Amino acid sequence: MATPATALEQHVHRVLRRADVAVVRDYGVVLAFVALFITLSVSSSVFFTWENMKNLAFQTSPIGIMAVGGTLVFIAGGFDLSVGAVSAFSGIIAAKTFVGTGAGLWGSLIVGALAGLGCGVANGLLVTLGRVNAFIATLATAIIINGIAQVITSGNLVSVEGDRFTTLGLGTAWGVQYPVFVWIGVAGVCGFLLWLTKFGRYVYAAGGNAEAARLAGVRVNVVRASTFAISGLCAGIAGVILVSEVSTAQWDANRGIEFDVITAIVLGGVSLLGGEGAVWRAVLGAFFLQTIGNGFNLLGTSTQWQYVIKGVILAAAVSLDAWARRRRA
Amino acid sequence: MSESETHVELRRIAKRFGGVRALSEVDLRIARNSIHALVGENGAGKSTLGKILAGVERADDGELLVDGRSVAYRSPRDALLDGITIITQEPTLVPHRSVLENVFLGVESTAVGVVDERRNARRFAQLVAETGIELPPRRLARSLRVADQQKVEILRAIVRDARLIVMDEPTSALTLDESDRLFELVRRLQGFGTTIVYVSHFLAEVLQVADTVTVLRDGRVVRTAPAAEETPQRLVSAMLGRSVELTFPEKEPPAPDAPVVLSARGLSRPPAIQDVSLEIRAGEIVGLAGLVGSGRSEVARAIFGADRLDAGTVELDGKPLRLRSPRAAIRRGIVMLPEDRKTQGLLMLRSILDNVTLPHLDTVSTAGVVSSRAERRDAGRLVDSLDVRTRSKTARVSTLSGGNQQKVLFARWLFRTPKLFIADEPTRGVDVGAKLAIYDLLHGLAKKGIAVLLISSEHEELLGLAHRVLVMRAGHVVAEFDGGTMSEDAVLHAAFATERVA
Repeated sequence: MATPATALEQHVHRVLRRADVAVVRDYGVVLAFVALFITLSVSSSVFFTWENMKNLAFQTSPIGIMAVGGTLVFIAGGFDLSVGAVSAFSGIIAAKTFVGTGAGLWGSLIVGALAGLGCGVANGLLVTLGRVNAFIATLATAIIINGIAQVITSGNLVSVEGDRFTTLGLGTAWGVQYPVFVWIGVAGVCGFLLWLTKFGRYVYAAGGNAEAARLAGVRVNVVRASTFAISGLCAGIAGVILVSEVSTAQWDANRGIEFDVITAIVLGGVSLLGGEGAVWRAVLGAFFLQTIGNGFNLLGTSTQWQYVIKGVILAAAVSLDAWARRRRA
Repeated sequence: MSESETHVELRRIAKRFGGVRALSEVDLRIARNSIHALVGENGAGKSTLGKILAGVERADDGELLVDGRSVAYRSPRDALLDGITIITQEPTLVPHRSVLENVFLGVESTAVGVVDERRNARRFAQLVAETGIELPPRRLARSLRVADQQKVEILRAIVRDARLIVMDEPTSALTLDESDRLFELVRRLQGFGTTIVYVSHFLAEVLQVADTVTVLRDGRVVRTAPAAEETPQRLVSAMLGRSVELTFPEKEPPAPDAPVVLSARGLSRPPAIQDVSLEIRAGEIVGLAGLVGSGRSEVARAIFGADRLDAGTVELDGKPLRLRSPRAAIRRGIVMLPEDRKTQGLLMLRSILDNVTLPHLDTVSTAGVVSSRAERRDAGRLVDSLDVRTRSKTARVSTLSGGNQQKVLFARWLFRTPKLFIADEPTRGVDVGAKLAIYDLLHGLAKKGIAVLLISSEHEELLGLAHRVLVMRAGHVVAEFDGGTMSEDAVLHAAFATERVA
């Protein structure tokens, strides 16, 4: 009588054992996120409320938008360290355009975002035509762009008078802030590109095996450069959102934010080696990162510890990935 | 040579790679101070066996006894502690450091943690005197020829007190002269009391150097016998089993009025390619023979637009072609199966279908969006017709065996009928069954009127398939044979430029 049950049990056991390494590798971050989520929901009455969830999404959106763009760069085998500088630069361009020209609100914001696109194109050209290692190339452009931002502002704040400029950053629809919708839109578009289009296939191909892709007729350089351009555009969008939230732009405003972005991407499980990854991973990684901070605030624990925890989780995520890779191989 | 004493013994060793059984129930005894050769076809398991001995791979099952002790090596380091090391096909030196540093890497003479240069130099000089291996100690490793890099590895093994050295295809990148010198060195090592396990598929050289020969087939030991009792013919029939002849499809010569598809004139990129000209007609298979490094692959890559040329013109169907990029070549109907399918051909992390359609996404997509239905229909049919053995067409290519991976690449390049099909070592590392299937495929391409350029290191293959064979040496085409004049002897003779033919 117990036989079917035991047989089933054995079967489940076998399947689990075979699957566990792959599952841990592919969905470890989901499990960890769910665990954190449940823990916080249980230990804080405020955490799992509409209001808090909404705020969490709002706070995450700039980093989340940049992480989505960065994911494309990662999958294509690149690396983008410049998003902090690019976002600050884009914010300044948007604010200056709004103040100094008649471009109007949306016109200025678009000009700002396009400035980010321009920076991304420069990164792409430097990495492909210039053959500079992506890490160094984007570090260099970050320094240059930061410098230009400082020059054009003479190192001062750019303040925008009036409330109108905050429409994008603080405006809401159905009670949810606009940046959340922008994030959803950017993630949707990038996810679509990656999953369903020719371009997406080329991105995976360029990062998975550049030489094989080239010998299969893929214009690897064009593909790589495009991912940098997209990342730049995303940084531009995030930059104008950030400026719009506070109505002031500052050349060194977003310093260090690139590390949050990279942390989010890696935490989500996008491979640093290229060729693997997905947009949902970057979205989840960004949420994960922000939730840790949010949890610290809600639980009233000393916030000084949150960086330590974030770093530990990042290191754990990467070593888990390496471990699972080795087991599989 | 003491015949009796056992240095290493393997009992019922088994190893799998994914679904492929590389070794099963291997029993083997290696006598101390002997030169013991392992021979077999590609994929017979000889390299795997060598790697298990040296701790590079771990056996799934069975027992390994060294000096009578049962051991379980987890890494090459563990094996080295027992005096066992391996020298592989590609030397693994630190390229930017000197010969001397490479030799003593990890075992440098030091004084309070600081490398004692003078003592190391003295040790090196002593080593040279003992072994007779002359190497410039200050040269950077990367500037050495492969043969010299191997010598560095051998010195390295000696310095680490290796008492058993596994040599995995050590002559595959050497000239005949260099090979001879390596054999001398191997015998000298034996004189010092070292045991050598010599993995190779060059039978003549195995019989020249080894004391004992073990033949492997499909991961099993066929027999172990003293080299004196073996002949190349006996070894071949043991390797193939029941003397299975590789059968080639009946050659069908291209029609006498078949148009010239490819005409290349004066291709040059010294020193790799020097003034190479060739013509291929529709329905013709032209073989390109020569040693590794003779410029065969470089010619193929140049025609495909993968590498730049300094000089030369290429015409396709009588129209001049600018060799700008593989992309341009593919558009004009030139495709190439690359030499190394893992690094140059496949995206190992992606699915079979993805790999097939990668160059043809235009045809299965509308406005940039890939239609997975069209993809599954068109590429799927091709994958089926090429008999790629897989559970699912969306499985990662990395889960397939070598032969099936190669078939995926064939499917990629047959998706759109090409005009010129370049195949660079199409049967490397695939089993006999897949080999025959690939022969049929190439034959079928020619029958359809496609021009085929075939590169292979297996002369049997070239002679069996090609209508004409060009032989390259040091960047030049040095000989051409057609149906009447083609023979293995003649091809080898031209390739080596020597009277001594293996």
